[in-house]
Amino acid sequence: MPALVRHLLWALLALVLVVALSLVIDPFTNVRLASVGYYLLAVAGLTVLTGLTGQVSLGHGAFLFLGAYTVGLLVIHAPALPIWVDLLAAAAVSGIAGALTGAAAARLHGPYLAGATLALAVGLPAVTQRFPELLGGSNGLGFTVSSLPPGLVGVVPTTRWQAWVVWATALLALVVLANLTTGPLGRQMRAVRDDEVSAALAGVRVGRTKVLAFLISAVCGGLAGGLQAFLLGTAAPGSFTPALSLALLAAVVLGGTGSLWGALWGAVALVYLQAGAEEFAHGFDLPTDVANFLPQAVYGVVLIVVVLVLPNGVHGVLRKFSRRRKESTV
Amino acid sequence: MRASSARLLGVEGVTVRFGGVTALDGVSLDVAAGTVHGVIGPNGAGKTTLFNVVCGFVPAAEGAVMLRDKRLRRTRPHDLAGLGIARTVQGLGLFGGLTVLENVLVGARGHQRSSALGALLGLPGSARDERRLAERAEAVLAELDIARWRGALPGVLPHGVRKRVALARALVAEPELLMLDEPAAGLSEVEIEDLVALLRGLTDRTSVLLVEHHMDMVMRVCDHITVLDFGRVIADGPPAVVRADPAVLTAYLGTAG
Repeated sequence: MPALVRHLLWALLALVLVVALSLVIDPFTNVRLASVGYYLLAVAGLTVLTGLTGQVSLGHGAFLFLGAYTVGLLVIHAPALPIWVDLLAAAAVSGIAGALTGAAAARLHGPYLAGATLALAVGLPAVTQRFPELLGGSNGLGFTVSSLPPGLVGVVPTTRWQAWVVWATALLALVVLANLTTGPLGRQMRAVRDDEVSAALAGVRVGRTKVLAFLISAVCGGLAGGLQAFLLGTAAPGSFTPALSLALLAAVVLGGTGSLWGALWGAVALVYLQAGAEEFAHGFDLPTDVANFLPQAVYGVVLIVVVLVLPNGVHGVLRKFSRRRKESTV
Repeated sequence: MRASSARLLGVEGVTVRFGGVTALDGVSLDVAAGTVHGVIGPNGAGKTTLFNVVCGFVPAAEGAVMLRDKRLRRTRPHDLAGLGIARTVQGLGLFGGLTVLENVLVGARGHQRSSALGALLGLPGSARDERRLAERAEAVLAELDIARWRGALPGVLPHGVRKRVALARALVAEPELLMLDEPAAGLSEVEIEDLVALLRGLTDRTSVLLVEHHMDMVMRVCDHITVLDFGRVIADGPPAVVRADPAVLTAYLGTAG
């Protein structure tokens, strides 16, 4: 079976599962389901960058920020546009930013690259303070996205529809990422990661490949941010702090660097560790200062444990088990 | 001097200086099409620098590198494959996270026809292209007798096999000029025998330029040898001539030899 057909069938199967799941869960859980969807896209984009080309980005939240504000601004100022145009614009804006970042970063390696991208995550959301009229300052933008087709109003609850839209978009993008990781481009990216000189001698344009990875990764981040804005109806700088960037990278490592399946486990962990930590803090009536930072502390602990115990992440463990089972049945 | 129609690569009066050190001093050599050309010399004679000049890693202060009758100017590493030049490096530079087959597939990059966009969208043309490259890579793996390791990562393989993977990655590009940096280093006598036979068998498809320390191997495999010493050519000719040259005996083998 050609790879494209296989990937499309996987995506279709996943969409059917998501739709089925969305029918049996309450509206609140539907929002969480949708959150997993857009985080999945963001984490998958980051795992392509970090896992395949070995470029560590500590600033991926900046691309989500760009996507969310692009959708927010378009919904407010060009309400006639359909949501898919807004999302495409979010992807484009973020992609351009990603290509520029990638071009600037192509000569940086390891901690220097991480530092440069971290500056992006710290600096970019602060732009909202500079243009409070347009970008809403620290409160951000609030808006309503009415995307439910007229025929479905009253038939399908809004949150369920939103979960469908988020997942359909994320899965479509994942098909492209799956084509990339299993195809020649992914191979060349891994070659660049392992040995730049040898890759160049084989005819791979090293700089261009690294910038392309940044662009693709940023497009995913921008789409994820756009989907978040579509889902929550807000775009505020507080949602795109450096802590988000760190959490995304933690999710990549947790799931298994470079693996799209790993991105799924990472995204689930991202949503449910956050929720779990909040519930825990609430249940034990912890002071706000502690409660606010509990999720970060939990990520940190989980990350350390994963690196020590499961260096290839959750996906690495699952793959090892499935391989062992295959071998024992042979 | 041979007729220029038979000349594949020409190095013409190349001088390279690193600060006050002259690594290459007016070096000239011609690699004839369909031959194995060896460059030998004591450590520090400038052999690898010569390779690096041809590859564009190091600029020449004077002189020119000619590929057929075209002068190579400011060649960048990724241009080499397109020019029909493949090169192995001393550290092998295998891609540690890629399987043997994938390593060789990266070497076939120059024969890839589909675009990046086609690969991203998984278009049928791109899938066909992948299959074609895989066939090509498998053929080279079989030729070098390393097909059974196709799924292994290079790190777990014996040194001799790893060297063959590096050679396969260069060969799969079907270069006109194959540049080998110490192909025999670290190989056993048996493996060197195989390598000599293999390289002799390549001359109908490609020319080989190699740098090597293993004298016996160089004498047997090369059609033509250039001897460098302190960045200068001190002898140039067929193995029998070079072997008898008193300057070579003094410089390379020591006067007692």
